[in-house]
Amino acid sequence: MSQSGTPISAADVAKVARLARLDINEAQIENFTEQLAKVMSHFDDIDALDLEGVVPMTQPYPLVNVMREDIEMPTLDTQEVLAAAPAAEQQRFRVPPIIGIDG
Amino acid sequence: MATIPTTASEIAAAIKSKSISAREVIDSYLAAINARETEIHAFNLVMAESARAQADAIDADIAAGRPIGVLAGVPIAVKDNMCTHGVETTCSSKILEGWKPPYDATVITKLKAAGAIVIGKTNLDEFAMGSSTENSAFGATRNPLDTSRVPGGSSGGSAAAVAAGFAPVSLGSDTGGSIRQPAAMCGVVGVKPTYGRVSRYGLVAYASSLDQIGPFATTVADAALITEAIAGHCVMDSTSIPVDVPALVAAASQGVKGMRIGRVTDLPEGAEPEVQARLDAAFVALEAAGATIVDVQLPSLSYALTAYYLIAPAEASSNLARFDGVRFGLRVNAADTNAMYGATRAAGFGDEVQRRIMLGTYALSAGYYDAYYGKALKVRRIIAQDFERAYESVDAILTPTSPVVAFKFGEKADDPMSMYLCDIYTIPTNLAGHPGMSVPFGTGAHGLPVGIQVLAPALGEEAMFRVGGALEAAAGDAQ
Repeated sequence: MSQSGTPISAADVAKVARLARLDINEAQIENFTEQLAKVMSHFDDIDALDLEGVVPMTQPYPLVNVMREDIEMPTLDTQEVLAAAPAAEQQRFRVPPIIGIDG
Repeated sequence: MATIPTTASEIAAAIKSKSISAREVIDSYLAAINARETEIHAFNLVMAESARAQADAIDADIAAGRPIGVLAGVPIAVKDNMCTHGVETTCSSKILEGWKPPYDATVITKLKAAGAIVIGKTNLDEFAMGSSTENSAFGATRNPLDTSRVPGGSSGGSAAAVAAGFAPVSLGSDTGGSIRQPAAMCGVVGVKPTYGRVSRYGLVAYASSLDQIGPFATTVADAALITEAIAGHCVMDSTSIPVDVPALVAAASQGVKGMRIGRVTDLPEGAEPEVQARLDAAFVALEAAGATIVDVQLPSLSYALTAYYLIAPAEASSNLARFDGVRFGLRVNAADTNAMYGATRAAGFGDEVQRRIMLGTYALSAGYYDAYYGKALKVRRIIAQDFERAYESVDAILTPTSPVVAFKFGEKADDPMSMYLCDIYTIPTNLAGHPGMSVPFGTGAHGLPVGIQVLAPALGEEAMFRVGGALEAAAGDAQ
């Protein structure tokens, strides 16, 4: 998109992959850079539109402060939920150390 | 043994009148699946055992004179991105392979309450991202009408299941055309209701402000019947609209006398000539049925693709953050959590899903948010305003569903942009949040089916089904 400056670079793609928690390799970065650049270049078309004063549309149907009645309802079965997890211990999800080599 | 009817309404009536048993119906459909599923691959999972057990229970209820639901004994195939309690739900992704949800989606709860029998979970483009069902981690689905071609997508398995006679009806989800486009390519009816009409609780989210569940069927009346069954306010979905469900089955046979149907004079180009010819024929047919054709303009429609491919990936990048190897599905072990997330997600997500997560993350990242995502939301507004202006002078709008008929495998697989263009006519409706449906209306290139899309304003399903019903009635003689 012309207004946002330079087209997407391999460095951008590597950064975005890190933000998105996707450990992709060099070949994939190259491939994605090419494909995303092509897709993003198509998006230049909206630069032609005058969007001054247009209110962004975040949802299709205006509903405000949606709440349900505070009624007691059964919750999900803990054992069933934990059984579907890759690792569980003491009624909790078990994960590798959070503070690690990646800082 | 009596002949098994092919529509949901006939099946329900035949079972209720005891002219056929629910078990006979299920066995007949399971036999159809056995005969051709290896070739088509419509399903990720066929639920033969539970389907037979449910059918037997319905037959027992009928024998004992107990009340039964309106869809009692009707087999239905369900896209594998809707949660089924205790039954594997994969989204056709390796990252969810083997996951058994601890609850039912609202649509499943409603179908079960109505007596419908879920016969299987259908294949899709991974996380509903695609237009051909080639992006499934478990292999593509083939178009039953020509197995060298795709069934469309992302709900290709659900469309193929109905087209192949594996189920009389099925459910899909539609974020940018994922019900209507495969319906068109497989020659069946497909409906995307108004955003908020059907609960999304238990639908694995792709783009939450666009996703909507809807049916596939062989007739417009059946599509109306299933829409009535799954629609309605749901407290578990904060975007669910608190309104009653209109009588849609009745609307389907009401005709279009006195209705005003919009013809978009500035529709984005790209439709095959044969597809355009079918659209022209559809206008002639509706005029003959008593409707008035009115020209309308939707000048911002050509920007819809850009807005969609910024908004949908942005929402997807956020929604799919939950697949991190902690609570469900795949985990690739690593020394710390960050490394585990990255390794798990790289191994579990396919190419297109990764591409859209990257696109969305980029569009939302610091420095680009206003230029991409912010701008796309404004374009979304002007598209919705274009529709609002058009609906001041018409009750419904007709366009092609897909610019092209079903294409060959691999034809668009390596070129994301050409694949994205398949949804050029369906995407605008999702952005506006309006209902849309595809009705088969003759054939185009290679004798393959062409679908005509009927659009209506928010909560305008009655008008939409009236037009859909009229098109269906005219389709036979308009060839």
